[in-house]
Amino acid sequence: MTELALQQYLDFAYIIAVVLFILSLKFLSSPVTARWGVLAGEIGAALAVAVTLFNPEVAHYKWVLIPLIIGAGVGIPLGLVHMTAVPQRTALSHAFGALSAAMIGIAEFYAGTTPVTRFGMGEISLEVIIGSLTFTGSLIAAGKLQEFLPQRPIVYRGQNIVSLSVLAGALGLAVALVVNPAHAILFPIMVVVALIFGVLLVTPIGGADMPTVISLLNSYAGISAALLGFVLNSKVLVVAGALDGSSGLILSIIMCKAMNRSFTNVMFGAFGQVQVSAAGVKEERVVRSAAAEDAAAILAAASKVVIVPGYGMAVAQAQHKVRELYDLLTKKGVEVSFAIHPVAGRMPGHMNVLLAEADIPYDRLIEMDEINGDFPQTDVALIIGANDVTNPAARSDAGSPIYGMPILDVDKARTVMVIKRSMSPGFAGIDNPLYYLDNTLMLFGDAKAFVGGIVRELSGASAAHG
Amino acid sequence: MPQDFISNLYVFILAGFVGFGVITRVSPLLHTPLMSLTNALDAIVVVAAIIIAGRHETPLTTVLGAIAVAASFSNMVGGFLITDRMLRMFKSRGSKQS
Repeated sequence: MTELALQQYLDFAYIIAVVLFILSLKFLSSPVTARWGVLAGEIGAALAVAVTLFNPEVAHYKWVLIPLIIGAGVGIPLGLVHMTAVPQRTALSHAFGALSAAMIGIAEFYAGTTPVTRFGMGEISLEVIIGSLTFTGSLIAAGKLQEFLPQRPIVYRGQNIVSLSVLAGALGLAVALVVNPAHAILFPIMVVVALIFGVLLVTPIGGADMPTVISLLNSYAGISAALLGFVLNSKVLVVAGALDGSSGLILSIIMCKAMNRSFTNVMFGAFGQVQVSAAGVKEERVVRSAAAEDAAAILAAASKVVIVPGYGMAVAQAQHKVRELYDLLTKKGVEVSFAIHPVAGRMPGHMNVLLAEADIPYDRLIEMDEINGDFPQTDVALIIGANDVTNPAARSDAGSPIYGMPILDVDKARTVMVIKRSMSPGFAGIDNPLYYLDNTLMLFGDAKAFVGGIVRELSGASAAHG
Repeated sequence: MPQDFISNLYVFILAGFVGFGVITRVSPLLHTPLMSLTNALDAIVVVAAIIIAGRHETPLTTVLGAIAVAASFSNMVGGFLITDRMLRMFKSRGSKQS
């Protein structure tokens, strides 16, 4: 076999891998076929890795196999994390992907296998900048999600000017390199500046905006891989990067729409700061609260219940207690469904995964647009750890910072019950008028403990009355 | 502008459209697994890392390549693993008893 023929076999294997990758995503259109998608992706990836090991350029296996073993050693535990840790794991994997793309770009710069043209310098600089900023940005996001770093936005005066100047600095260095590729010393400086920009980009962003940020970082990681494909002239990287990049972009758009905000507003808006003044004007209003036994009685008498989970349910790890509640009510003939707001939780689809983990059938998890029409016919809307996504001020109060954000119309249900630790305003500091409505009952307490209390009341009552 | 760039741009644009077409059809139910799956697919950069590390040109490029191999391969292994674990949990009411 001549070397040219071997190269063609390798390319052919990469084409098969690309086809399998596209099929993999196609299978994900339904939960029924989704697991085939993983299999298709695995076969494609395994094929691509296997044939690459036959590439004649790979001469020193020691430098390949040991890192592969280390990678598997890190990857397997990261694939086995608890479902509640999925958001931070995802952010960490964006960091790894971007790190990898940046490292390869830097290595390619120093390898000097091809004479550096200005055009090539432009490509490689852009690739390394995006890879580097995505690496540090994703690490910060993972740190916030793991609560190594505070989840609140960290802001200071003139922040946007500082951040944008740093970005301009990185791009300026890239331009200088394109103008004169001989100034190789500028390259590592550019990498460091891009790494700093990644930190500055994500530090000011608060926990509630994480679904958008994590999607954007996903998109950047994909774009850096695609750009790497341009640098190395590797079509398989271009395709995989384009798929990942478009996926992240679509998710970011969905998240932004679900919060009625623009990308620039998420990235530079420093949410949580503006609201301080809005939260300042607060009048004392009456709320009605109830105990677990009252809540249990109301739920038992209902025929249609909609449960609205939010980040608070994830924090309290209440999803398994919620499943018990679901089982008990379903057994009593109550129709129970779950209303899922696109930005509930800390990443796209977060609530679905937690509830699926607790064995709640996925056909009971209903998207916002589909379930909103049902609330007027709903006896009880039970809100567990969700706040802003249920705030009716988003519909009615033009002065509210979340005005215009699509919300779950829980206030239209006959009775609204809200499980909440206290009356303190939520993450964004926005007061929620829902809590003062006549048909609202506040259930104060830890989500897991309170749902557990309702479950005890319900199962006790059914035991007593047969 | 190099010829390679043009052909790569064709591929990028077409793949971007395919991505949009396929991913807009993914059920919102599965957006978390979608993200971990695309992450695992994106880890295909490991093939470029393997070549950089395996060429063993200079100590610097080899070390950078080796880091890239480990980072992307961990994404590949971990990404497929957690995606499959998540998807296994999604059950409809019909299959709940099984």
